Amino acid sequence: MTDLLALIAAKYNYWLYVILMMIGLYAMIAKNNLIKKLVGMNIFQTAIILFYVSIGYKRDATLPIIENVHGGHGSVIHAINYINPLPHVLMLTAIVVSVATFGVAMALAVRIYQRYQTLEEDELRMRLSEK
Amino acid sequence: MLLYGTGEFPDWGDPYSPASVHLSNDYLEKAFDQTQVPNIVTAVLADYRGFDTMFETAVIFTAGLACFLLLRDFREKEERFYRHTATGVILHVKDSQKVLLVEREFEHMDKDWVPSDLIIRTVCRIIIPFIQIYGLYVIAHGDFSPGGGFQGGVILGSSLILLAISYNLKTLMRRVKEKILGIYAAVGVLIYVGIAVICMPMGGNFLDYSKLAPLLPSDPHHVRALGMLGVEIGVGIAVTAVMVIIYVNIVSAGRHDEGL
Repeated sequence: MTDLLALIAAKYNYWLYVILMMIGLYAMIAKNNLIKKLVGMNIFQTAIILFYVSIGYKRDATLPIIENVHGGHGSVIHAINYINPLPHVLMLTAIVVSVATFGVAMALAVRIYQRYQTLEEDELRMRLSEK
Repeated sequence: MLLYGTGEFPDWGDPYSPASVHLSNDYLEKAFDQTQVPNIVTAVLADYRGFDTMFETAVIFTAGLACFLLLRDFREKEERFYRHTATGVILHVKDSQKVLLVEREFEHMDKDWVPSDLIIRTVCRIIIPFIQIYGLYVIAHGDFSPGGGFQGGVILGSSLILLAISYNLKTLMRRVKEKILGIYAAVGVLIYVGIAVICMPMGGNFLDYSKLAPLLPSDPHHVRALGMLGVEIGVGIAVTAVMVIIYVNIVSAGRHDEGL
């Protein structure tokens, strides 16, 4: 038991992302309302973003902007003093994609609502089978 | 199962975790010498991974285009409301065919118009210019401090959305025409692609900013930084326009007349 607690304390960032990801996955699969599904998708994406950013963290390191660039030329840059920039770049990309997908998904939801006057999946299925 | 897998993962903040030992150290140690940009995130984003970011901008543009195509509706609304600004009398026009000669003292209003928003309007009117200046700063200073085209573009776009929320959608659409938004979204992408293409006749590869040196009046070390600044500006313009396009189309269900 204490082993498990120690494991959680050491790697709580991964536990957090796994829990968030499962919440998002559950919402995407189990919810009936399309907007709730979209919220679930966003939670899922946020979990992955948190996962990547936490991978990039280094203890006692600062953010990846080189200091004293205009004064101290010739000073050697030690990578251990700066956190990993690569996950940040990748997640910047991911955030942009998530905004784009969310916008298009909302547009589709508005269209579906205009056509069928509902966003509940079972009602939608009923309307579709009526025709 | 995923939780079990975390046991094998590196500790939180471990500087020698696998993600932090190979490529990223190269970026950190050499990026400033190679690009003269102190913000490594921007350097990686706009230079080493320039292709990725270019198609990123294209993705944003496509999202705006998709929203436009899905939702835009050019038909006139059936019923319209006009308010007499001096007395507050409201006219309700039910037939869209009937053309009403609107005098200056009548204004076209939303159906769910509420009159008591003086504080919100005043505060937003004061705040919006500062938000926009901050957005421009974030775009232009992305090479040296946290920021960049995407972030600054979102800030600029949200300032326009704030205008639409605090006043109404028509105020925004009067100031920023729909056509202009579409053109800006395309121009932003074209600036990025244009800078990339200009590098080719100058003797470099696609997106090889260092070959822009003869065109720019600065010392050759800074050319890569300037090239990145150029593409960031393109990204910022595209993101601003697309944010507003998505917002406007969704809240008004494509009619661009009333909404939040």
